[in-house]
Amino acid sequence: MNRIDARFSELKAQRRTGLIPFVTAGDPLPEATPALMHALVEAGADVIELGVPFSDPMADGPVIQHASERALAKQVGLAMILGWVREFRRRDENTPIVLMGYMNPVEIHGAERFAREAVEAGVDGVLLVDCPIEEAQAAAPLREAGLRQILLAAPTTDGARLARICDAAAGFLYYVSFAGITGADRIHLDDVRARVAQVREQAKVPVAVGFGIRDAASAQAIGAFADAVVIGSALVERLAGAATESEVCTRARDFLMPIRAALDVEKSEEA
Amino acid sequence: MSLKSNPAAAAAAIDYTHTPDARGRFGDYGGSYVSETLIAPLAELTAAYEKLRVDPAFIAEFERDLKYYVGRPSPIYHAERLSKKIGGAQILLKREDLNHTGAHKINNTIGQALVARHMGKRRIIAETGAGQHGVATATVCARFGLDCVVYMGATDIERQKINVYRMKLLGAEVVPVTSGSKTLKDALNEAMRDWVTNVANTFYIIGTVAGPHPYPQMVRDFNAVVGREARAQMFEQFGRLPDVITACVGGGSNAIGLFHAFLNDRDVRIVGAEAAGDGIETGRHAASLAAGRPGVLHGNRTYVLCDDDGQITETHSVSAGLDYPGVGPEHAFLKDSGRASYVGVTDEEALAAFHELARTEGILAALESSHAVAQAIKLARELPKDQLVLCNLSGRGDKDVHTIATREGITL
Repeated sequence: MNRIDARFSELKAQRRTGLIPFVTAGDPLPEATPALMHALVEAGADVIELGVPFSDPMADGPVIQHASERALAKQVGLAMILGWVREFRRRDENTPIVLMGYMNPVEIHGAERFAREAVEAGVDGVLLVDCPIEEAQAAAPLREAGLRQILLAAPTTDGARLARICDAAAGFLYYVSFAGITGADRIHLDDVRARVAQVREQAKVPVAVGFGIRDAASAQAIGAFADAVVIGSALVERLAGAATESEVCTRARDFLMPIRAALDVEKSEEA
Repeated sequence: MSLKSNPAAAAAAIDYTHTPDARGRFGDYGGSYVSETLIAPLAELTAAYEKLRVDPAFIAEFERDLKYYVGRPSPIYHAERLSKKIGGAQILLKREDLNHTGAHKINNTIGQALVARHMGKRRIIAETGAGQHGVATATVCARFGLDCVVYMGATDIERQKINVYRMKLLGAEVVPVTSGSKTLKDALNEAMRDWVTNVANTFYIIGTVAGPHPYPQMVRDFNAVVGREARAQMFEQFGRLPDVITACVGGGSNAIGLFHAFLNDRDVRIVGAEAAGDGIETGRHAASLAAGRPGVLHGNRTYVLCDDDGQITETHSVSAGLDYPGVGPEHAFLKDSGRASYVGVTDEEALAAFHELARTEGILAALESSHAVAQAIKLARELPKDQLVLCNLSGRGDKDVHTIATREGITL
């Protein structure tokens, strides 16, 4: 069973909200990436989203964009990232890993080769920001290799299209909470709640909500109605500038643990 | 049909007026590689544009502005002294530099501003490299009373100060972009970010035949007036089609503008001139078609300049307008089909052509267009005197005077 599917069935059985932290692979310290991933799990991560840095991250805000630039300046590339995933897998067989990035690196590596190497390393899913369902054919080799292609739905996605996306969704569906870039702060809670209810009704897979979740309070608010929450920019911002591996891991744990606690409190109260 | 296996047969079978397909594909290229949030506004734009492009009232509106505001048609000028000096084929110049604002870019911005107005969008954003598209956008926004924000790389702002000031005079806000290489591609990223954030009230006027569908088609359609005019003028003035046509290619809007009307004229040879910078072999260039490979950038599948890990590489050209690591998907398609060929012209060759044209014909060409002039000179040199080489002189060189002086060690 794909680790993503397994993890979400566990969460459902435990009536818990999933916590999906995003970090840019190789930032702030390339060699600290596997340790950082373990720290995220220790702090309560259910799925790890590992950003593959890209030179032209069109959908990202300044925080993730700068993290990508820092990583690229340190020559972080796909081979290195898959090496870290392999290293992580030696001590963690269960936590699902989703690579998040843009199409061009996949195109240039060749989708088949990319898929084969990712699966071998222990990757479970891939989220390609600039690959909507219209272009999903380009990512077919990823799905054929057993990777879950995580699809996005947005506030601008209309009804007919949402049905198509829900039909094609695998692993989990990533609902973008507002029209904008990562790291912005424009959430209207009532709108998101209404939309997520609609998406959850149609989707056969769990629905994670991302964009604009920055702390325990916003995670708890969203977690009340989503199957999982994604936290990226706020975490990446917190890690920036950490000088040693232990500092990177401490910052990650300190940031994530209150969010984990808030998500768990909210569900136990609901129960 | 695979274009690569038998390009000649494939090219002969294609009706180029039928591209792109409904998904915005030119063969294997084009498409809509954008984030989910942008799909709906792109669909809205596609629907609006599909209706307008065949609407006689819209076409009349567009043509009226091209005539009375832009000053079309632009003439074809026979560069006799230059041709004589080269000693080969006759060089003909399609004078897009004589348009209002001094380049072909205005054809597209008039068209898109009209589309924006029909869609009820009052806020316009644009990206610009050399500043020509920014000026053309700021101009039409003033003309139609629309708000205008132009994103421009900090490096380009530095080398194109006059155009930055022109945009401000026209009432536009110019936003410096300091991410990445601080040039055109980063300005495009930033404009996309603005658009995704403000989709409800904002229209994004892309300046070249790149970006997601329908932009490559829409920008081509608005610039195709260049080739339509030129084709008719050739019969009028010379009684026949040209033997070769050439234009510079960065994103490729002036080139596709000239080429499109000639694509089904199989006897007309088509050559695009890309920026070879310091020379393709040095790695410091912007020749995506001549030296790049198929990839995905800025919403479409096309030839890109990138490393083996898929990271887009920084480009170099003396001309800011050609300094772009991708190229319009239709050019990628024309290259693979064999209908057009694309060659590199170095900074030095372009500068030499700039001076040659200035001294023999009294025309200061834009540095971008000087690449096309250099290519026209090369072609003319190899061809007999009775052959006709039509070159798109896409813009005037006033904006580049400072750059050229600095390069030659002159302080103005």
